Amino acid sequence: MLPFLLSRIAWGILIVIAILVLNFLIIHTVPGDPLQALLGDFPVPPGHAEKIRADFGLDQPLITQLGLYLGNLVQGNLGFSFANRAAVLDLILMRLGPTILLMVPALIFAAVFGIMLGVAAAPRAGSFRDSALTAISLFGYSVPVFWLGQMLVIVFAINLGWLPAQGMRSMREQLVGFDAVLSTLRHLILPGFSVMIFYIAIVARVARASVIEALHQDYVFTAKAKGLSQRYILWNHVLPNAMIPVATVIGYSFGHSLTGAILVETVFAWPGIGSLFITSITNRDYPVLQGIFLLAAVSVVVINICTDILYATLDPRVRKGM
Amino acid sequence: MTSSFLAKMARHRSGTVAGLFILALIVLGILVNFVPQLDPHALSNDVMEPPSAAFVLGTDELGRSVLAGVLYGIQISVTVGFFAALAATVLGVLIGAIAGFYGGWLDAAVMRIAEFFQVIPSFILAAMIVAFAGPGLTQIIVVVGLLAWPQVARVMRGEVLRVKQLEFVDAVRCLGLPEGRVLIGEVIPNAVAPVLAVSTLIVGQAILLEASLSFLGLSSVELVSWGRMLNSGQRFLFNAWWLSFFPGTAIFLTVLAFNVFGDAVGTVLNPKGRR
Repeated sequence: MLPFLLSRIAWGILIVIAILVLNFLIIHTVPGDPLQALLGDFPVPPGHAEKIRADFGLDQPLITQLGLYLGNLVQGNLGFSFANRAAVLDLILMRLGPTILLMVPALIFAAVFGIMLGVAAAPRAGSFRDSALTAISLFGYSVPVFWLGQMLVIVFAINLGWLPAQGMRSMREQLVGFDAVLSTLRHLILPGFSVMIFYIAIVARVARASVIEALHQDYVFTAKAKGLSQRYILWNHVLPNAMIPVATVIGYSFGHSLTGAILVETVFAWPGIGSLFITSITNRDYPVLQGIFLLAAVSVVVINICTDILYATLDPRVRKGM
Repeated sequence: MTSSFLAKMARHRSGTVAGLFILALIVLGILVNFVPQLDPHALSNDVMEPPSAAFVLGTDELGRSVLAGVLYGIQISVTVGFFAALAATVLGVLIGAIAGFYGGWLDAAVMRIAEFFQVIPSFILAAMIVAFAGPGLTQIIVVVGLLAWPQVARVMRGEVLRVKQLEFVDAVRCLGLPEGRVLIGEVIPNAVAPVLAVSTLIVGQAILLEASLSFLGLSSVELVSWGRMLNSGQRFLFNAWWLSFFPGTAIFLTVLAFNVFGDAVGTVLNPKGRR
């Protein structure tokens, strides 16, 4: 188990370093002065430009600059955003909460519903239930998530008036305690649902395919021959074997969830990382953009490693390298 | 092979519908150039008109026709989708074929690089590159090409691994062809078919990516694109649903058509079905 773990972690670190280098290269391939890319287009006070130039060694050879850049990052110096008058790292950490609040419950629901749908459809491939699942999952990964959000706002917030259209809590009154929680929950429903649809689609699709595959394995025939019930076989033989690809896709969803967050937060004015990303694009606030890209990339790598560990626990063949 | 492929595609019902839809889309996208009444940039005094007989899909805040916008939007979406998928396919086929054919450290290295590209959050990277390098269709096409080739390369590599050990390849070698010619002349043409399904799916992904970037305002203001229309529609959600509804439906149906078509191509090419 340990050598397997170490090799995955080493690979993860390599990827993070490659991403850092990529980030660095983007700054330097931008047409114009890399200083501009580090500062952004937002007006900065005099003197700051000189400080950045020295900090990142912009008058030194490229390789020295790369070293300085990595050194700065290791110390947690992701740069300073003058548009927000805050250090990039603090800014990102501040906005992380609302994004986690939006994405994590949505992804957990999506994983549960997706698996349920996939498992329900798989044993009857070609049936009505199966076609319905195919329709749902095709819808889920073809619909632009931001447009789905807009349509939900038009129907449920504007026309029916059931749910709030934007923001994270009511602006009209100062709410405290339980009322505040309730208000946030109500604000969470529409954006959460928009996010969830896409992930339900991909989880259900993979769950269905891998359950179908597991159903055709020899051990299922053996179990049937022993006279075990359909339900017992499904729960004890098929599902444990079918869950590995599903775990991958759920891990992938968590890792890449910031992407969905960016689009959905824009529609619903949800005050998370996504909104920060958009305002930073409008302000040409490059340090923040790079910081968010780094956060997104590192979270993919970390979650991938977690998925690998989960695999190895679920399946002895993985950890023994078979 | 081609005619039997077409015959099988014709028997795949949802695939046929999707294919016809895509064909109709392309025809509409071309024909709209010949209808001068449909000018997506023409301003008028009929501002924010809801859909009616006179204004088929309604008008926006500057009195421009939503119908004209939706029709001209086809051009951007289909162009981006097609060229991005082409770029990803060419890159992926070449890289995947070389990796599978020569094997060894080259294969290991290429597959690791492919894995790297699948780990990076492609949408955020694309948004960043466009934000840095300025909006433009070329940027989006290049970005999708660079980010999507591993999907093609994986499939291509697998097929090349299978094809290269078939007997006819050895037969060609006995004729004294150099390895490079064996790969390009014999192995690639026999291994490329399954890639088609992946490429079609990439068209859908590219259209969705372009729409998402334009929705975030990362597209040129002069270009009429569906994402751009949704971007301006966002401000008028409360009083003009048609500004968002129609362009979004267009994106949804187009991406859906390419996904269904891609699935159909995959099923027809691989009847036993790995899915």
